[in-house]
Amino acid sequence: MKIFWKRFKRNKLAVAGGVIVVVLFVIAVLAPFISPFNPNDIDRKHILEPPGARHPLGTDDLGRDVLSRMVYGSRISLSVGFIAVGIATIIGMLLGAVSGYYGGWTDRAIMRFIDIMLSIPTFFLVLAVIAFVGPSIWNIMIVIGFTSWMGVARLVRAEFLSLKEREFVLAAKALGASDMRIILRHIMVNSMAPVFVSAILGVASAILVESALSFLGIGVQPPTPSWGNMLTSGKDNIEIAWWLSLFPGVAILITVLSYNLFGEGLRDALDPRLWTSER
Amino acid sequence: MLIYLIKRLLEMIPTLFGITLLSFFIIHLAPGKPTDILTELNPKITPEARLKLEKYYGLDKPIVVQYGMWLKRIVRLDFGESFSGDRRPVMERIWDTKKPLLERRLFITFLINVLSMLIIFTIAIPVGISSATHQYSLYDKITTTSVFIGFAIPSFWLALLLMMLFGVHLGWLPISGLKSMNYDSLTLMQKIWDRILHLLLPVFVSSFGGLAGLSRYMRGSMLEVLRQDYVTTARAKGLSEKRIIYGHALRNALLPIITLLGLSIPGLIGGSVIFENIFGIPGMGQLFFMGVMTRDYPLIMGILTIGAILTLIGNLLADIGYMLADPRIRVK
Amino acid sequence: MPLYILKRLLLMIPIIFGITLITFTVIHLTHGDPAGREMESMETAAYGDAVIEGTIGEPSTLIPMLAGDSASHSVAGMIFNGIVKYDTNLKVIGDLAESWTISSDGMVITFRLKKGVKWADGVEFTADDVLFGYKTIIDEKTPTPYKEDYMQVKKFEVLDRYTFRVTYKKPFAPALTSWGNLVVLPRHLLEGKDITKSDFGRNPIGTGPYKLKKWVSGQEVVLDSNRGYFDGRPYIDRYIYRVIPDPATLFLELQAGGIDMMGLTPIQYTKQTNTDFFRKNFQKFRYPVFNYTYMGFNLKHPWFKDKRVRQAIAHAIDKSEIIDVVLFGLGSPATGPYVPNTWPYNPYVKKYEFDPEKAKRLLKEAGWEDTDGDGIIDKDGKPFQFTILTNMGNRQRINTATIIQWRLAKIGIKVEIRLLEWSTFINEFIDKKRFEAVILGWSIGLDPDQYDIWHSSKTREKEFNFVSYSNPLVDTLLEKGRRTFNIEERKKVYYKIQEILADDLPYIFLYVPDAIPIVHSRIKGIKPSPIGISYNLPKWYVPEKLQRHRIEP
Repeated sequence: MKIFWKRFKRNKLAVAGGVIVVVLFVIAVLAPFISPFNPNDIDRKHILEPPGARHPLGTDDLGRDVLSRMVYGSRISLSVGFIAVGIATIIGMLLGAVSGYYGGWTDRAIMRFIDIMLSIPTFFLVLAVIAFVGPSIWNIMIVIGFTSWMGVARLVRAEFLSLKEREFVLAAKALGASDMRIILRHIMVNSMAPVFVSAILGVASAILVESALSFLGIGVQPPTPSWGNMLTSGKDNIEIAWWLSLFPGVAILITVLSYNLFGEGLRDALDPRLWTSER
Repeated sequence: MLIYLIKRLLEMIPTLFGITLLSFFIIHLAPGKPTDILTELNPKITPEARLKLEKYYGLDKPIVVQYGMWLKRIVRLDFGESFSGDRRPVMERIWDTKKPLLERRLFITFLINVLSMLIIFTIAIPVGISSATHQYSLYDKITTTSVFIGFAIPSFWLALLLMMLFGVHLGWLPISGLKSMNYDSLTLMQKIWDRILHLLLPVFVSSFGGLAGLSRYMRGSMLEVLRQDYVTTARAKGLSEKRIIYGHALRNALLPIITLLGLSIPGLIGGSVIFENIFGIPGMGQLFFMGVMTRDYPLIMGILTIGAILTLIGNLLADIGYMLADPRIRVK
Repeated sequence: MPLYILKRLLLMIPIIFGITLITFTVIHLTHGDPAGREMESMETAAYGDAVIEGTIGEPSTLIPMLAGDSASHSVAGMIFNGIVKYDTNLKVIGDLAESWTISSDGMVITFRLKKGVKWADGVEFTADDVLFGYKTIIDEKTPTPYKEDYMQVKKFEVLDRYTFRVTYKKPFAPALTSWGNLVVLPRHLLEGKDITKSDFGRNPIGTGPYKLKKWVSGQEVVLDSNRGYFDGRPYIDRYIYRVIPDPATLFLELQAGGIDMMGLTPIQYTKQTNTDFFRKNFQKFRYPVFNYTYMGFNLKHPWFKDKRVRQAIAHAIDKSEIIDVVLFGLGSPATGPYVPNTWPYNPYVKKYEFDPEKAKRLLKEAGWEDTDGDGIIDKDGKPFQFTILTNMGNRQRINTATIIQWRLAKIGIKVEIRLLEWSTFINEFIDKKRFEAVILGWSIGLDPDQYDIWHSSKTREKEFNFVSYSNPLVDTLLEKGRRTFNIEERKKVYYKIQEILADDLPYIFLYVPDAIPIVHSRIKGIKPSPIGISYNLPKWYVPEKLQRHRIEP
């Protein structure tokens, strides 16, 4: 753990990313206290106002305060990211564990299934399903989750393959521990680190997928603000109201960037193989 | 080697079957019928007329029967006639043999993806190598940040900003489409130039986002190789760092990248929906989105299947490339 | 041109369900008062040049009777003519018909066709073509949504090469206007063929001012002028539809010169096109269209059964606010199912002024009060909470729902908004009556017959009285209206219907939007009229000096 910290701290970008990730999280949690206005309050007298004293980030085409919507939007965008990734991680760990632990035809069947999922352009699948079942925020989370678990599954399977022949697992087996117990207590715990890293990176992708869906009109639906749908509705007015697309665009950029830098930094720091090779 | 290839090909068959099964049922379990789009807009249509339309399209049969019928046809690459638009066969809409190559949807999407992949590779590999050899240096940080910005910026937003800058304000590049209105009256050289101008922005936008993944992967792969015993040995022998990197490490570090090539195909094809829509490019992604919006089941199924076939072919090519590049595989 | 077609489309389909919502309809122009600049068409008309219209939706087929979307009808309307059409005073005039006579009981119409009209391939157009079109549309194998009007015909007889007679089963007031371009097809090309299978929909041959030159899917539809057009050779040699699916891209193309005309959004009209650049290079038009947007209640829902509740909600909504914010003032409030300045429109119906206090009083009368102090009114322990459904992709409608949600919150009603993909919306929610309230629009025809929307018999699944409105008096009036020919008599009937609807409020009629197209200023000869601008498209021209494109034949 100490070595981990030491290594992680060396990577300034990752630290910066981590700090931003934490700050964004705090903003999302404290949204009601930070927002100067109710994010859904319409004001016919202040439509498309540029940033100023009253509205630090301006107002949108319904006269709503952009800052407040950004702050609340961070809740939505982050929860889309977290829940989608949560679903993906659970599915991935489950299938990966079963596949790696049992091997044989179970393993072959699951690996085949992963191959299939990896061969379908998943964005097409997401698009088709969302368009058909309706773009509610839950559907979006679920569909993204169900189409992005393959990486985690492979990762966990690989860990399992390498761990299951290790002494401590064999010992547990010899002592008569159940499969479930071995999977959960002994192997899963040991494969948590890479899964965590891939989850961090996954949050970033999920936020981007949501914004792409918003661009096509099937993302999180208004009036609920998400950065993706704010950016999309802002783009139509980009020439007269730059603030409507600039702020959500930059917010997405910074968030995704931070998650990536943070995740990469963690990966480097956690990778035991990297520890010996410092120059 | 031949045996290996055949084995790989045979393995693709169940995968392909699985893909068709999966996409068919997911799409067909969604609510609503494709004939809605023809009938819902008009209050004058009678329920009988509606039933007639559904029968006409074979939607009254059980779903398993529909799947069987469909599967039988796609073996011959016949995806049926699309429900929407001109109701032409799906295959003809994707790959219209009556049109010049440059105007077939599949080819347009393919061309843009291949071009962006080339750009991604030519930029990402050197960037990845140098940031690996200069790990944690300022250079590493700058390149890391900039490739990630490429990844993090929503592509439709970037596209729009570039269109405003180059299309409207500077007037250097066309905004959308694949060729100018006066294309037919141009000379050959002008035609080629016209095509290139139209492709610049879409190819740039679609490759910019892909840089991050590959260059990071290259960096990681290079770091890994540089840690191997033989590199240490080479260093011990006193070889120059340059020789070590380009003479020994690069070849091995590139191997996993070949596999990545195959894996990145679905992502690129998926991304084509976005940039084809914003740049008004008549490719497969745009067609797919139209299909989704009009619930054109045969079209959706057809494109999903073709996308999957392309990916499988890509993976196969990557495998072959890997085999050729890595003697160890051949022995196995 | 879309005008030209739209007019025709309207002529044929009395009501199109919520047309504006699908991605197809970007440009829907219709009638009204021009607010654009005066035309200084001093320069002389000249042949030549090309006009490029930007559009979000691509046609699906160019056979009018098979097309359900307005993009298809727009293009098809350039290529085909109807038997009759509307003139700029909303009067029915002959298009391919020279004249017609209607029997004194109104049950028999005899059309005399113009002589010497040629299909674009040179074959003469005759009454047999109309007979063929009629037979095709009523053929049960033809998957067309437009059958209903033609099923009212008892007998169709061709009297000679240029004369045909239709006899109706019962008096049918919309009879004459139903003879638009849906039933005009070249028999010599299509007889014995399955029109759904033939490629005629991709390569149509019509009698209209333009003919199809090429159609590149997802990119453009190119029309060339029909030099032998019976009404005179159109001045503009080429008319191109450019398909650009993204609205922001479309507007950038307009500025970069890639397109010459498009339908603006209210924001673009008000805020983005007032620069010198636009004043110099473009002409804008503005006129009301034949459609209105409404919020409909599910009248089977116990809460909405109570008229006071519906009226309270009407008082809580500020229509002028919606028009200001959503339409930037480019529209007018709707008061009933007809649009202002048309003959069936009744301006004297009951109106609901914006008055939240009155709304609260009415709700209290109906038993709704905030008894538990949570800010939401309740009755029998249930909070007043409902969901408004509307379709995704229509910015104006979504913003309208958002404003209503916010306004109703202020009188203690909690509203959720759910946006649904169009066909799921219709199939799973509207048809199965699984909704509490919806925001939708109707495109209405020039004939006031709205039997299908308001008659109590039209409430089965897939029928159009999906709000389950039932009023015996309205039923009687609707039947009377479609069987009466005398305009004054009909007017009385429809005035009465509007009065009842305004009191019953099965819908809250929200607004009638204006069409706001923009056209490049080099194009002259545009004369805005109650039916829009495109009706005289063949007469548009670009003076020789200003011509931009040279068309090689």
